[in-house]
Amino acid sequence: MTPREIPIYGIVAEFASPADLLEAARATKQAGYTRTDAYSPLPIEGLAGAVGGGHSKLPVLVFLGGLIGGASGYLLQYYTAVHSYPFNIGGRPLHSWPAFIPVTFECTILGAALTAIFGMLALNGLPMPYHPLFHVGRFARASRDKFFLCIEARDPIFDAARTRAFLETLSPTAVEEVPS
Amino acid sequence: MTEPQATTGQQVLAPGHSMASITDKVSAIVLTRPVGKRWLFGFTLGFILTCVLFTTIANLLVTGVGIWGLNAPVGWGFDIINFVWWIGIGHAGTLISAILLLLRQNWRTSINRFAEAMTLFAVSCAGLYPLLHMGRPWFFYWLMPIPNTMELWPQWRSPLIWDVFAVSTYASVSALFWYVGLIPDLATLRDRTTSRLGRMVYGVLAMGWRNSAKHWHQYETAYNLLAGLCTPLVVSVHTVVSFDFAVGVVPGWHATVFPPYFVAGAIFAGFAMVLILCIPIRAVYGLQDFITMKHLENMGKILLATCLMVSYGYAMEIFTAFYTANTYEEYLMHNRLHGPYATSYYALWFCNLIVPQVLWFKWARTNVWVLFIVSLAVSVGMWLERFVIIVLSLSRDFMPSMWGQYRGTPWDWSMYVGTIGLFITLLFLFLRFLPVISIFEMRTLLPEAKVGDHGEHS
Repeated sequence: MTPREIPIYGIVAEFASPADLLEAARATKQAGYTRTDAYSPLPIEGLAGAVGGGHSKLPVLVFLGGLIGGASGYLLQYYTAVHSYPFNIGGRPLHSWPAFIPVTFECTILGAALTAIFGMLALNGLPMPYHPLFHVGRFARASRDKFFLCIEARDPIFDAARTRAFLETLSPTAVEEVPS
Repeated sequence: MTEPQATTGQQVLAPGHSMASITDKVSAIVLTRPVGKRWLFGFTLGFILTCVLFTTIANLLVTGVGIWGLNAPVGWGFDIINFVWWIGIGHAGTLISAILLLLRQNWRTSINRFAEAMTLFAVSCAGLYPLLHMGRPWFFYWLMPIPNTMELWPQWRSPLIWDVFAVSTYASVSALFWYVGLIPDLATLRDRTTSRLGRMVYGVLAMGWRNSAKHWHQYETAYNLLAGLCTPLVVSVHTVVSFDFAVGVVPGWHATVFPPYFVAGAIFAGFAMVLILCIPIRAVYGLQDFITMKHLENMGKILLATCLMVSYGYAMEIFTAFYTANTYEEYLMHNRLHGPYATSYYALWFCNLIVPQVLWFKWARTNVWVLFIVSLAVSVGMWLERFVIIVLSLSRDFMPSMWGQYRGTPWDWSMYVGTIGLFITLLFLFLRFLPVISIFEMRTLLPEAKVGDHGEHS
């Protein structure tokens, strides 16, 4: 991040309803801001797209996780039953693949589910116990009933005074600076 | 999608609520509500019974599985009955949280959190049984494919090892799914608690969740993917449990109807347990606005539907017993109907087939007492079902010289009652320390939450 004169993280505006926030986020995007994020107590459809998110690599990762899980499960059984510990039971084939399906299936699900959970956390950069926004007292209501839009200081067209003035035009219920 | 609230009379959320009121009402149960007498009573009861469980386990480890009523020919008794009973109960939680999410059944929202918690606690109780059934549980790691000095590996062709993988995957995925669902609500508790300790504990658990729209997007993607993964998982778990029986050749077990019939039975038992828990919880914590009559009625309908599926399973068992013209299968059915355990078989029919028929009537589905009693009957009936399947088949298999009788000893019963105690204890701790209803999902039910491009949200 380039050093700036004003050591602030950004400017945050508070809104009263999901509709106001969505409208404000879209207006901000139109105004050319790219380093923004919105905060709401519930997921809002289309909001992530308005603040430059909304594309998730997760489905691909989960697919790969499932594939790796399933393949490891099958190979584990194949290696142990055919090579490491071949055990002849009534002349039945050592590579008895139909019997390997349940464990392969469970390993697929396990691999995919673990990827979904830890992938989601990793892509979101969690756990992250500290964040500048937590300095803003009213931000605690982002988990209750208020809606926030933050334009970050690292945005190329960020200017403390002008950005603040811009946010004021979006009919917020409050605008506050976020200390870095 | 049509507005679920629009239907008159029955709603999934009582009118007049806002984001703030939902948040405050649910989080107050954890944050500000003083410890009540009823909570203390329930927790103490659960704790005493948990001590009974620990006593039983201690005796079991010192003396051995001989304290149970197991003996030749009945080598599977209460331990396996209760294992299947508990794991079946767990299935409703996953069904509510995963399958009903994918089917966009909004009414699941207020009951999914504690149904998932119920799953987790039921699976914990279930897991104890096979572990202790081993006799020398300290060798449990022999079940795992761990390289060892004996150069032995698990036998992959056995349903019992499939069971190890299925149940442990199910337990891990359910626990993580539940935790992921809790993260935004833990952040709400972190932001709303006034105690320093609470802020620290909920803060650590929430992992710095800050309700960012970008995070929500990833979160919802992950949540839907998990729901998609849990759906086949939950079906596979009870299928594999039924393989424990169906892959064997014992009369009454070797049946292709077992997997679907076990899965339906699991959902049947699970919804009964959700109702047993949800009816008192909503009364004690005043949650009638969130868990409305519509929820109870819908669960009553599912109970009736699964009752009919299970009935089909019972009918098929009788039909195949005679259709196969196999002496042993025929004798098994004769033994069920006229043998020494016939009372259990008729009681199972009464509890699982006859009592739930009352749910055809709307007045019954909308009466909490009727629902509660039906659910109790189903829970007993499903326990009897497993008793009939396991004990009757084992006590009368191929040769009369190998016949025997089985009954649970007091230690069998104390172990069973003890796991119920463990379940109650965990449930009461959950009620006290975590939001019993998913707060953020309840917010999405509000009319003002629907602002997206398509005017809908899951």
